[in-house]
Amino acid sequence: MKRARVAFSGALHDAVDAGSRMRLADGRLVDEDAVVWLPPFMPRTIIALGLNYADHAKELSFNAQEEPLVFLKGPNTLIGHRALTRRPADATFMHYECELAVVIGKPARRVAKADAYRYIAGYTVANDYAIRDYLENYYRPNLRVKNRDTCTVIGPWLVDRDDVPDPMRLALRTTVNGKVTQQGNTKDMVHDIGSLIEYLSGFMTLGAGDVILTGTPEGVVDVRPGDEVVTEIEGIGRLVNTIADDSAFGRG
Amino acid sequence: MISIADALVRLDGMPQAADLAVDPTASTVAIGGRTIHADTLAWEVPIAGTVYGTLLNFTGSLAALGDAVDKPPYKAPPQAPILYIKPANTWIGHGAPIPVPDDAPALEVGATLGVVIGRTACRIAPERALEYVAGYTIVNDVSVPHESYYRPSIRFKCRDGFCPIGPWVVARSRVAAPDALALRVFVDGELRQQNTTANLIRPVARLLAEVTDFMTLSSGDILMVGVPENAPRARAGQRVAIEIDSVGRLENPLVAERDLAAGKRP
Repeated sequence: MKRARVAFSGALHDAVDAGSRMRLADGRLVDEDAVVWLPPFMPRTIIALGLNYADHAKELSFNAQEEPLVFLKGPNTLIGHRALTRRPADATFMHYECELAVVIGKPARRVAKADAYRYIAGYTVANDYAIRDYLENYYRPNLRVKNRDTCTVIGPWLVDRDDVPDPMRLALRTTVNGKVTQQGNTKDMVHDIGSLIEYLSGFMTLGAGDVILTGTPEGVVDVRPGDEVVTEIEGIGRLVNTIADDSAFGRG
Repeated sequence: MISIADALVRLDGMPQAADLAVDPTASTVAIGGRTIHADTLAWEVPIAGTVYGTLLNFTGSLAALGDAVDKPPYKAPPQAPILYIKPANTWIGHGAPIPVPDDAPALEVGATLGVVIGRTACRIAPERALEYVAGYTIVNDVSVPHESYYRPSIRFKCRDGFCPIGPWVVARSRVAAPDALALRVFVDGELRQQNTTANLIRPVARLLAEVTDFMTLSSGDILMVGVPENAPRARAGQRVAIEIDSVGRLENPLVAERDLAAGKRP
């Protein structure tokens, strides 16, 4: 099952995919472009991986470490499918990151890699923007780079775990205005999903709604106001986002 | 939206937080006509937003870096607020045990003032910033001691129970000068650290203004203003108390993780 959260006709709704349309929890069938898409689940702790694809680490001149490079994000940064992301006027390098998002379904503490999938609710697509101009050498990547309002796009659907037979073999790609700029496969993760859940649950109890953004492969390029950025993962979804300038956000 | 008259209190078993009169100096709360000492009650964390910390916001903490601030890996002092997150698994209430991992001989006590947001704060002006504050609490930002601020593992700061918060949230109106609050840390009753929020590089209002320029803070979020230099350390078996004038006293015992897992309590 593919699940979404949407705003429609004055209220928030849970919805499921029904072919070319979606079915709201109350039974109404609506067109996908008639709703406002929200992040497909209510997030608790948002966990993100830096440099979890060997090629991207090389692209950023970084030698992969033995320990996963983890940082956290707040809920302020999330937006849904087909929304606008702000590019500040002073930014010179702002890039997308297409990532498989793994959503936890129940409390997980000291979970072995072999059991890790039992704790997963499902998967979705995330586009975790970074504005490299604001990178400082303290608590890298600092929240001013990675936790800005509108800079983490997530959705459209939360796909049930059992509907994804092999999440470690999914093609990822990003297009900017229709041109392919990033391509990869989840098989190239440095730390795979099971290892990440084992590692994290070894020191922190994960809970329902926690989400792990598993990192991005190489191929990040600067995006400009007006660009349509589509991050897509095979079998999970196609997440559309548009870059907007300060004026769209009441600034400048 | 959160609006507090006296203090937001959430005791074990309460379905939601209550607004009750407290005495921050005596560490008491008035419940049903009785005045009860905080240490005799079981406390829940009074809020449920996102908890953000601010790195190196005390003049002394930045000064303690010395020349290193201009050398690799840092290369320059921080230009804008450097924030981090203490996730939900780390939160515990007043009196709850802080688990000490087997491989950590001592933990670092990060004593700080927590600014509790009352309503959506986005791009707020410094001169109006305090209007967005519901109140103040005490936070113990516990860490496994580590040297580098460059890219520390979240293993050091985000273990279960590594963020005591409370006991309560004192209403903004009860704290006349958030930028002049004395702060003291005691380990087993011995005074180990003293500082004051007068030493903040970015005082509360300015910090809120600069942070909300790039990220929205929501009702129930907590922004920790920073941890002073020379953070004391404490071991399993010891008790840590943080006092902040006008806000209260937050005390928690440190207990070996394996003892907690075996059901032992202090």
